[in-house]
Amino acid sequence: MARKFTPKVLTANDLMEGDVIYLAADGSWVRDHAQAEFLEDETIAEMRMLVAQGQPEIAVGPYLADAKMGENGPEPIHFREAFRTRGPSNYFHGKQAETASQ
Amino acid sequence: MYTYSDFDEAFVRERCKQFRAQVARRIDGSLTEDEFKPLRLMNGVYLQLHAYMLRIAIPYGTLRSDQMRQLGMIADKFDKGYGHFTTRQNIQFNWPTLKDIPDILDALADVQMHAIQTSGNTIRNTTVDHFAGAATDEIADPRPTAELIRQWSTDHPEFQFMPRKFKIAVGASTHDRAALKVHDLAVELVDKDGQQGYRILVGGGLGRTPMIGQVITDFIPKADLLPYLEAVVSTWNIIGRRDNKYKARIKITVFENGIEKMRELVNEEFAKTRAKFSGYDQEVLADLERQFAPPAFKNADPSSLETAVAVDPLLARWVARNTNPHKVENHLSVVISLKEHGKTPGDATGDQMRLMADLADQYGYGELRISHEQNVILPHVAKADIPALFTELAKAGLATANAGLTSDIIACPGMDYCALATARSIPVAEQIALRVKELDLEDEIGLMKIKISGCINACGHHHVGHIGILGLDRAGVENYQITLGGDATETAAIGERTGPGFAYDEVVPAVERLLKTYLEKRNSAEETFLDAYRRLGADPFKEALYGDAKKNAA
Ligand code: HEM
Ligand code: SF4
Repeated sequence: MARKFTPKVLTANDLMEGDVIYLAADGSWVRDHAQAEFLEDETIAEMRMLVAQGQPEIAVGPYLADAKMGENGPEPIHFREAFRTRGPSNYFHGKQAETASQ
Repeated sequence: MYTYSDFDEAFVRERCKQFRAQVARRIDGSLTEDEFKPLRLMNGVYLQLHAYMLRIAIPYGTLRSDQMRQLGMIADKFDKGYGHFTTRQNIQFNWPTLKDIPDILDALADVQMHAIQTSGNTIRNTTVDHFAGAATDEIADPRPTAELIRQWSTDHPEFQFMPRKFKIAVGASTHDRAALKVHDLAVELVDKDGQQGYRILVGGGLGRTPMIGQVITDFIPKADLLPYLEAVVSTWNIIGRRDNKYKARIKITVFENGIEKMRELVNEEFAKTRAKFSGYDQEVLADLERQFAPPAFKNADPSSLETAVAVDPLLARWVARNTNPHKVENHLSVVISLKEHGKTPGDATGDQMRLMADLADQYGYGELRISHEQNVILPHVAKADIPALFTELAKAGLATANAGLTSDIIACPGMDYCALATARSIPVAEQIALRVKELDLEDEIGLMKIKISGCINACGHHHVGHIGILGLDRAGVENYQITLGGDATETAAIGERTGPGFAYDEVVPAVERLLKTYLEKRNSAEETFLDAYRRLGADPFKEALYGDAKKNAA
């Protein structure tokens, strides 16, 4: 019996800046986890992985990370992915600063 | 101090040019990430959690003031205004962009620095006692030996693709301040019947299988050092395990074969390598010894320090904590603590770097060191200059009087930066430091080494902390395992696990219970935490951590 697929988002690091990026449903890369495409179907997730792997000039080390649907869009499940959405906890200058200035 | 030879200069410039072209080819798409990754790692460029990271070598932790100033410039121009000094006497920049890295490497080359072999399965930066050339208990300055090793190991054709990385430390003192016994190989300068030579230890290391190094030879003459090192590294390069990354370090080779067998194999190899060295290396060493000659120490009247200490308790406390005796009369070595309570251990801002460089010029003969405990050292300061130096440091938040105390914590970057981490380290260190400040117990506790790593790789040396803290991921939640009784000095020991780990918000209270138990149980203020632990055993401390019922459950 097939095991249940945990929904995912596709994430990677940006080639030029090195920061965390997510694949959106329209195929663009976004910085905001909530705007990532919420992948509930394993086959589609695998296809998105192929899309990401085909863009080495943008995305480094793409992988699928567990996610759940929240009020404003997908949210991370594991604390590592949660840290990746904001930046380090010792300084206010990762993504948290960018979000705050928006 | 050592200045680059023409060969060094040309070599580093050539590497910068090569890497600039490689980056350009990665950006225009002609190199894939798989092709590029080994090339970037050869130049110290990692991709971390939130950004690229550039690790720059500080050979044997020694910096000239102009080099420190340049690091400050890089922090401001290419990073977010700070840099992170590490346990291997390197500096890491956490936010460079890929396109800027070639410019950073050029800026480093301008002051005779680079990032070569700060990653990869090569011989890494050779580390040294941070009081080298100044300590009262050393036989001689160990840095000429370390520089000789650097010249031999950099781009050594045989040692670019070894089973794993290889870390060497050099010491020359009775008190080991370089964590010699937890390095793959340790070189200890010793005196035997009036002749200087080296004792060599191999097979130490932290990480997944922590081990204490063992003596492979008690004494080799100075002239045999490089052929002997070559024999050790060659032997391991051939018989070291490549089937399993976790068993590839020399500590496993020594453990699996035994030190006797290892010695036999090395001696066989040594018979061959010895002939390959013509003796030119000894001419180089003699020249290096001249280059590392101490500065022209001034002869200033030290009595002003005594007077100032008598009237200024803050200065008195800082002098008592943050200075070390110097072999030259009327001088001290100064520890500039990068452990201000509540701040990230090992971080310095661009402004602080520039200030430390200026102060080194003004009061420290232009020289600085990075300690493996993530502090900055001014190795030579005249006692007469100490009050003025203290005033300047205090203005910049750099006069925290906590060297060797509870808040002088080593912490790896952990999950705030590191892609390999399983939990955070920095906020745990910050909170422990703030808590002991709040309790005002640090001075009473005295010598205490707390070391924190965010994963089993042990970059934060947790195995050799009096209190070691290892961050783990337990079912998607941060969890922290505590070890006790570790020691990184000449009496090295690997800490023992106490029992189940603690949740993120339970760690600081747990450490507090340990500290209070020690204060209750020690037999005098002279008995350190480590001594008390060795005398009393783990039980009272386990009880403090887990309560009476659970102490045997571990
Ligand atoms: C942030 C990027 C880093 C990465 C990817 C990294 C990677 C690793 C890995 C894989 C190991 C395990 C070695 C083994 O067991 O064979 C290790 C160990 C070690 N690293 Fe790091 N590390 C990083 C940062 C640091 C920092 C910041 C320091 C110094 C503060 C450091 C110093 C060490 C030391 C001293 C060890 C101890 C184990 C030993 O070599 O015996 N590393 N590191
Ligand atoms: S110990 Fe682990 S988390 Fe910490 S720097 Fe090393 S590899 Fe990263």
